[in-house]
Amino acid sequence: MTERAPVLSVRGLSVRFLMPGGRRVAAVTDAHFDVAAGECLALIGESGCGKSVLASALLGLLPGNARTAGAALLGDLDLLTADERTFARTVRGRLVGLVPQSPAAHLTPVRTIRSQLEETVAELTDVRGRVALRQAAEAAAERAAFPVDHLDHHPHELSGGLAQRAATALALVGDAPLLLADEPTTGLDRDLVDRTVDELRRHVDNVTGGRSRALLMITHDLAAAERIADRIAVMYAGRIVELADATDFFGTPGPRHPYSRGLLDALPDRAFTPIPGLPPELGALPDGCAFAARCDRATDACDALPPLTAVPPSPDAVLPPPAGAPAATVACHHPHAALTEAADRA
Amino acid sequence: MLEMRAITAGYARNAPVFRNVSLSLEPGEALGLLGPSGCGKSTLARVAALLHHPDAGSLTVDGAPVRRWRHRAPREQRTAFGVVFQQARLSADPRLALTDLIAEPLRATGRREDVTGRVAELAATVGLTADLLSRRPHEVSDGQLQRACLARALVLRPRWLVCDEMTAMLDASTTAALVRVVEDYRASTGAGLLAVGHDRVLLDRWCDRTVEWGTLTSG
Ligand code: SF4
Repeated sequence: MTERAPVLSVRGLSVRFLMPGGRRVAAVTDAHFDVAAGECLALIGESGCGKSVLASALLGLLPGNARTAGAALLGDLDLLTADERTFARTVRGRLVGLVPQSPAAHLTPVRTIRSQLEETVAELTDVRGRVALRQAAEAAAERAAFPVDHLDHHPHELSGGLAQRAATALALVGDAPLLLADEPTTGLDRDLVDRTVDELRRHVDNVTGGRSRALLMITHDLAAAERIADRIAVMYAGRIVELADATDFFGTPGPRHPYSRGLLDALPDRAFTPIPGLPPELGALPDGCAFAARCDRATDACDALPPLTAVPPSPDAVLPPPAGAPAATVACHHPHAALTEAADRA
Repeated sequence: MLEMRAITAGYARNAPVFRNVSLSLEPGEALGLLGPSGCGKSTLARVAALLHHPDAGSLTVDGAPVRRWRHRAPREQRTAFGVVFQQARLSADPRLALTDLIAEPLRATGRREDVTGRVAELAATVGLTADLLSRRPHEVSDGQLQRACLARALVLRPRWLVCDEMTAMLDASTTAALVRVVEDYRASTGAGLLAVGHDRVLLDRWCDRTVEWGTLTSG
C-alpha cells in the first residue's frame, strides 16, 4: 500500500463567533482530519452543526467577528492564517476549487457560461489569445460534461443539472489539488444527485486526465455521501464525533456513535425514525457530551466530554487494518460495538 | 375528495407550464406526486391549494367546485388547506417571531382567543422549544423554521395538506420528524395529503400511493 501524503491536513481547527454582549458561539471545536489525493471525505451532519462554517474557514470566507485556532495545512500554507490577498491570488480556484451549493447564485447572471469560463481560464492559467481561450474554455466544459452547444447560454437558461456542471467546470479550471463541494446536491432530483456525485468522483479518480484530486464534500444528503465517499466524518454541535470508513459506516459494522446511528435510522429506506429533540444551541453547549439530552445510551459518565478515541478493530475482522490507513475514531463513552451480523440478528 | 380535471396552468399567457392534467385524491388519502424540479408539479400543487388560478380546467374540493382562487376564494375553502413549501425562508415573513408566524392564520380569521393555547400545543407537536418561539426566522436554523411553517399549516386544522418539497433542504432526522408530525395529524383528523417531491424512496415510504408527473402529462 502506498502511503499518500494528505493534500489537506486539518489540526485542531476551532472557530468562535464573538457576539454582541460578549456571547461566544462555538461553531467548530477541535476538528482533526486529513484528505489525500484520490480520496473523498464526506463531512455530514444536520444544518447548523458547524460544517458550513468549517468550509468557510477553509476558503477564507469567515465574517469579521470569527476567531480561529488550530491549523488547516495545504502543503506549507496554513489556510487559517492566510490573508485575503493570498486567498485571492493563490488559494481560490488554484489550490482549492469550490463546487458551490447553489450554482445559480454562484454564476454571474448577466454573462454567458462561455464568457465566465474564458475569464476564469485567463485568470487562473497561462493560456492567452482569443482562439486559445475559446478552446481552453470548451475543453473545461467538456471535462465537466457540460454540453459545448450550451456555452452561449446565460445561467437562468440552464436546468439545475447543467448549472451545477457549469459551476463544476469553473471549479476545475485551475486544476486545484483540493476540491471543496459545499452541499452540491441540495434540491436536485435523485437521478441528478447520482449523476453529480458520480461526476465529482471521476474528478477525484483522475479518470479525466491530469492528476487525481482530493475532495472534501460537505453534505446533509446521506445517500449522496454513501455513493461518493471513501471516508465519513460526522459532525454534531461543532465537533467531529466520528470518523469512519464509508463501507463500514453504511454497511456492517455500521456507525459507532449513537448520533450517527440515529441519522442512518432516520432514512426513509431504513427505520424512518427521527432522533428525538433538537440539537443544542452552539452558544450554550453543555460541558459534557452535547448529544446527551437526545441519547438513549447516556449515563452519568456522559457529563464529561468524551474524547475522540480510536475504535478497536472489530474482533471478527479477517485482516488487520493496513498499516498507515487512517484509524476509525469515535467520541463517545458508550459507542456501539462492532456487531457481527449473527449478533445483530440475535 | 380533491379532484383536478384537465387543468392547464402557467405564469404567462399562451405559455402554460403544463396542459390538461387530471389528478384525484380520495378523502384521507396520502398521494405522492413525483417529478424532476421545474416540471410543473409545484404549480399543480398551488392550483390544488387554491393559491394559483389555472388557465383552464376544474377543481372540486370535498364536493364543492372551486370558482375563485387566492384571496378571492371563500374563506371556508381556503382554510380547508394547509400548505408547506420547500423554501421556508421565502415563505415566512422575516419580521415575525416564530410564535406570531404560527398564530398568523388564527389572527387573520378572527380567532385571537385561540392563539395562546393553539400555539403552545403545536409548538410541542412539532418539537419547538419556548426559547425558539420568540426568535425571528434569521435567528433559527432551516429545520427549526420549517417546523414552525408546518405548525402554521396545521393551526386551522385543515382537511387537506399540501407539502411541496417540504423536506428537500432538511437532514434525514428532521425529515423523519416532520413526516411523523404530518402522519400523526392525519391519523387523528383523517386529513388528506398531497406530497410533492423528487425523492421516490421518501414518497413511497410516506404515502399510500405515488404518481409520476410524467404519467399525468403524456396524454
Ligand atoms: S457520550 Fe454518552 S451521551 Fe454522548 S453519545 Fe456517547 S453514550 Fe450518548
